[in-house]
Amino acid sequence: MLDIDIRHRIGALDMSVAFRTDGPVTALFGRSGAGKTTLLNLIAGLARPEAGRIALDGEALVDREKRIALPSRKRRIGYVFQDARLFPHLTVRQNLLFGRWLAGLPLRDAQVERIFALLDLGGLLARRPAHLSGGEKQRVALGRALLAGPRLLLMDEPLASLDDERKAEILAHLEAVRDEIRIPIVYVSHARSEVRRLASHVALIEKGQLTAFGETQALLPRLPESVA
Amino acid sequence: MFDALSPEEWAALNLSLKVALVATLASLPAGIAVALLLARGRFWGRGVLDALVHLPLILPPVVTGYLLLLAFGRKGPAGAWLEAHFGLVFSFRWTGAALAAAVMGFPLMVRAIRLSIEAVDRRLEQAAGTLGAGPFLTFLVITLPLALPGILAGAVLAFAKAMGEFGATITFVANIPGETQTLPTAIYTFTQVPGGDGPAMRLVLISVAVSVLALILSELLARGLQRRMD
Repeated sequence: MLDIDIRHRIGALDMSVAFRTDGPVTALFGRSGAGKTTLLNLIAGLARPEAGRIALDGEALVDREKRIALPSRKRRIGYVFQDARLFPHLTVRQNLLFGRWLAGLPLRDAQVERIFALLDLGGLLARRPAHLSGGEKQRVALGRALLAGPRLLLMDEPLASLDDERKAEILAHLEAVRDEIRIPIVYVSHARSEVRRLASHVALIEKGQLTAFGETQALLPRLPESVA
Repeated sequence: MFDALSPEEWAALNLSLKVALVATLASLPAGIAVALLLARGRFWGRGVLDALVHLPLILPPVVTGYLLLLAFGRKGPAGAWLEAHFGLVFSFRWTGAALAAAVMGFPLMVRAIRLSIEAVDRRLEQAAGTLGAGPFLTFLVITLPLALPGILAGAVLAFAKAMGEFGATITFVANIPGETQTLPTAIYTFTQVPGGDGPAMRLVLISVAVSVLALILSELLARGLQRRMD
């Protein structure tokens, strides 16, 4: 259960968002600049809300009133950035196992094999990030986040920089992750088709404000086709 | 080749290499730490630290040498303390030449390293944080390796500066053959005596050769580092 109730100001944008979700995939849907990425950063601990609280499974990640603010490294929240952010001086294998090594999890076990297979990473392990395509980079970034053993996975428009063919390929991988690795996902998107295909719940965010929240089936007719 | 140099010239060459190497290696950890503070730190007095680091670059070297003599001479506060507690003596010893060289090369070293740390994408450091890495580990495993080409460049600059340091060295530790006489001070001595043109020219050529070698070596290393990312 992810429980968000925050107010925050970034630049000229006044944000006010409150919802709780226990959906397997919750989509944050809205235009660029609506504050979706900022919300992810607040959940991940890369920024601190000016007021309010965020809790995960009953544990406060940040609570301004109680002066709680867990640093991002202690939140165990995986983050797949829009621009992958792979470490350029490490091999794909070293990138993938970075968080797992820090978490003290086994580096060779069934879970590692499973995620390598699920994301089709086997052929990439010895390469450097400079030699990966955009789609491959996102698969590695997704694998890296999953292998650290997170409690929650954040994804910031992981398909945004890909062409349609790559999008379809990664979408299939995302579905496999959703169905086989059972950790809740918060997924930022401004494409209705992605939301329909992946999300169980949708939070509609407009100009920093939460304007609708509900199950995808119920909310989908109200969503614009694309808000890019 | 080996007969071409007099014992005095050999001593100057050896001493210069020793002084430059020790000055560079000993100041490198401090150089990295100060560069990190200046690149990433937000604290009161950051501007003062920045100015202090750059001071040897803008002061006349003689002034720096004299200040070193006042502070690190046997009667200076730092010098007396270091001799009493560690038996470390700087004045009129090769160690003093290394200290002078380190101080003079420090601004160049810090500048190069600072620029390379500033060039490291902070978003990569954030990503490491979300994967569970604390600030120190992130610096060690992400920032430092990515800044390595700049650290190398800073070290080579400091080494080159140390090989050529003259003013602060001669003021602080004088020009004693076999003890504190480095290549530049030896060249200076030879140009002051009749018939010294030959030895001076030999040492000039050696200076040039050492500098060019250092440059080539650093270029090869930098290419090797770059290859890690391809």
